[in-house]
Amino acid sequence: MRLAAPGKPSPAKTEQIILFRVSGQLFAVSSASVQEVRSADSISGAATEISAPGLRKVSHVLRRGDRSLFIVNGAMHFGLRAAAGALLFVLRKTRTALLIDGIEKMTAMTRLQALPLSFCHEERQWYRGLAALDQTVVPVVHPEGFLSPEELALLDGALLQADNSAGATLEGTDSAQ
Amino acid sequence: MTVSTELASQSFVLLRLGERRFAISARQIAELVPPSRVFRFPHRTPKLEGVILRRGRIVPVCDVSEMLLGKQLTSRRFYLIAVRNYGRQREWVAMPVTGECELIKAEMMAAVESDAPHVAGWLSHEGDVIEVLNLDALTPGPEQALTEAAAPQRAEARP
Repeated sequence: MRLAAPGKPSPAKTEQIILFRVSGQLFAVSSASVQEVRSADSISGAATEISAPGLRKVSHVLRRGDRSLFIVNGAMHFGLRAAAGALLFVLRKTRTALLIDGIEKMTAMTRLQALPLSFCHEERQWYRGLAALDQTVVPVVHPEGFLSPEELALLDGALLQADNSAGATLEGTDSAQ
Repeated sequence: MTVSTELASQSFVLLRLGERRFAISARQIAELVPPSRVFRFPHRTPKLEGVILRRGRIVPVCDVSEMLLGKQLTSRRFYLIAVRNYGRQREWVAMPVTGECELIKAEMMAAVESDAPHVAGWLSHEGDVIEVLNLDALTPGPEQALTEAAAPQRAEARP
């Protein structure tokens, strides 16, 4: 008896990813999630300071028309050793611009493995899963995982407060003149 | 051995952590492997060191010595890979051990209310009374996260 010839294996689906470093630690992000890559120096003039209580990882905001992008320090977000950050990833469909050390390379992953269930704290929001690449394991970040809805509300509040006090200062200057 | 004792005895794997021995039901053991590279990345779950790659699977490494001995292991000879239940899901967890493991048959005495949650029972072997470990209580999982959330204490990130 002859066994039926196995069907032609369908090509494995791949996802383009960017490997990047934060405080020396390697991470991956889907390249489709990255809208823009900017040098941190290039935005230093455009970004304004912001301070939300208990949220040290965001110290600057980038205004783009009606939209505000919060600059998240990757090292602080992950609880890593503080690093200045040289590049910014503007993450698509989020209000996050992520400050990172640099890009390692672009590559493709064929399989994203779920984060083991033993990991049961904030990392479940941080990561989409883990990828085994070239005999190493890299966490693949979740673009929406850098700022929770509560943190965004806190930042929006701080932004509003900053705008109001700037408006009041401007009014005071006008009346003095 | 009579039929009745044969029915009552079960297989256990004895593992060594420092100077002490513990047991785990053999049904929960996947394999014993030599130490391999631990891949670490930031997370906030206590007791987890990182992950190892084993047969294409990503397996979390959980050091249970601090909970069982009150100190971390200074040397590790193997990883004992065991199956951990998460409700209806089952996953592998690797635990560093300091010596060879041994398969034995013994009768287990069930744990009592006063025993710690990680104790599934007790068995007697070569004059020693040995704790049988309950991995579901010993290693982290969503149920521990809920308990910790009730106690407001922020775990530090572990790169």
